[in-house]
Amino acid sequence: MTTELPTDITSAAIHMDKPSSSWLPPGLALQKVDERIMTLNVGPQHPGSGHMRLIVQIDGDYIVACDPDPGYVHRGEEKMAEYRNYITNVPHLERPVIHDSCNVLYPYVLGVEELLGIEVPERAQYVRVIAAELNRCIYIMYWLAIYGIFLGHSTMFMWPAGDRELLIDLMEKMTGARVTHAHFIPGGVRNDLPPNFEGVCLRQVNYFEKRIKEYAAVFYDNPILISRTQDTGVLSRQDAIRLGTTGSVLRASGVDFDLRKKEPYDVYDELDIHTNVMTAGDAYARSKIPWLDMMESCKIIRQALQKMPKSGSVRVKLKPNPKGKGLDTVYKRVESGRGSLGYYIVSNGKPEPYRLKMSVPSFRNLIALPYLLKGEKLGNMPSVYWSLNYWPVEADR
Amino acid sequence: MSSDSEKPTDAKPEEKPAATKPVVKKPEETPVELPAFEKGISDKIVEKFGDKVEVAFVKEDRVGINVSKENVHDVAEFIRDGLNYDHVESVSGVDYPLEQEIAVVYHIGSYSDPSLARQILVLSTRAQREENPIPGHDATKLPTLRDIFYSVEFHEREVFEMSGVYFEGHPDNRRLLLPEDWADLPPLRKDFAIKGR
Repeated sequence: MTTELPTDITSAAIHMDKPSSSWLPPGLALQKVDERIMTLNVGPQHPGSGHMRLIVQIDGDYIVACDPDPGYVHRGEEKMAEYRNYITNVPHLERPVIHDSCNVLYPYVLGVEELLGIEVPERAQYVRVIAAELNRCIYIMYWLAIYGIFLGHSTMFMWPAGDRELLIDLMEKMTGARVTHAHFIPGGVRNDLPPNFEGVCLRQVNYFEKRIKEYAAVFYDNPILISRTQDTGVLSRQDAIRLGTTGSVLRASGVDFDLRKKEPYDVYDELDIHTNVMTAGDAYARSKIPWLDMMESCKIIRQALQKMPKSGSVRVKLKPNPKGKGLDTVYKRVESGRGSLGYYIVSNGKPEPYRLKMSVPSFRNLIALPYLLKGEKLGNMPSVYWSLNYWPVEADR
Repeated sequence: MSSDSEKPTDAKPEEKPAATKPVVKKPEETPVELPAFEKGISDKIVEKFGDKVEVAFVKEDRVGINVSKENVHDVAEFIRDGLNYDHVESVSGVDYPLEQEIAVVYHIGSYSDPSLARQILVLSTRAQREENPIPGHDATKLPTLRDIFYSVEFHEREVFEMSGVYFEGHPDNRRLLLPEDWADLPPLRKDFAIKGR
């Protein structure tokens, strides 16, 4: 905890001395300190990034300061949740990350189950684990495709975007929807697996694993990628901890932390999980960890398919408008495709949550961005930005 | 909006201030056995600060501590230096209009201490609430924890714009998610109504 962290642009920040209506827009908050320094707006119409603005100050080719300006896709999920009951909250709470919709709902249903005191059938827990791991792969493939195209590597856009369909087809078989499943509900999952799902799933996942292993030759061992990402945007272990980063960002900096292993939920404690950790802390490590995670997910899915009870209920029927037992709070978190995702739910015994707070990994990792970009070349910005596994819609909620 | 404004309630447990021992919040009459490790954490805090803190709950993997805003900075410092917690996962503002208070809840975790990997320490403090808020210029203020936990920087900015709690000493109190020209109530206050609901 001794490393001196840069105070980034805070010296130029405005301390509020006027009423709220006359605040300066963030773009104007950066003052021109030097004739050499130019302020550049990146976004918010940045293609693929999901509307997010970076205000970057550059000195020639080098970034002097970066001020992230999220909020362009703020949807008020937390406020909406206060007006809907615990069941009708399910479909809209998955919207922040539709590609990872099972994982973004997972802590919510776990939290509500704890509030309502529901015991979930074992088969439902296995179905959830399989769906969550499939969704993790779907998310990472989407992220990898964008990461590839942002580095100008169009093969790495085409391959993941195509191979992702294998798993999307599986999720469609399982849930009936390609992307926004709303499959997890308090009490289990919405539907049982279709007949013969296990066999199809095993086949697809095996083929998928074979495919993603081929990415090494075209992408991860590619000298161009290595030269662009290695030693770029290095986050030390100490700073990764101190900044409170999570997920692949944290594990790329050498911290062994995976909630599936550290705080197992559902049946993750019965599965053998290996946590991928790298120590370099650069953009290359951060881009490789999710790829390794996908192979781990394939192993988890195979184990879960084997251990899953072959029959049984997948859902506890709830009464309409279920309520918590009076004043209660719960904080549940899971390991999503981007890192630890938590929900803080305050219940006051009504069918709606009194307050629902999403603590999302993208928002937590955003704090590392100004820190990592300082001193980098402007051309390295895409590789650093995307290596953070940042999803603007999730960060804004 | 009517349905919400009349029901705000206290998330605090009905604690017995006479006893310094932590009191379980669960409604059952039978004494519940507290998880030993979590109890040890709360005991250390109580031992250090005595009646300045109150233990809201001790559950499996979760310890809840309520503290007044005068002491929150000291308690947070002890949590970092004495108990090895090192980052804040989430900061939430919870509005309680009937009590004229806004609770700010920090969820604090630890990466560097493996024995605390499962643990979340829920540090809750309360700020005075104003009927007609002028964010930053009314009494709704708390000391920032940014000098203790660097990771609260964006979280506290979010709480400031969403709940109107100004964090004194925070180096960067600009808006984060809301539009720059937002001139309405802080939107996560209970009296900010959604149209049609």
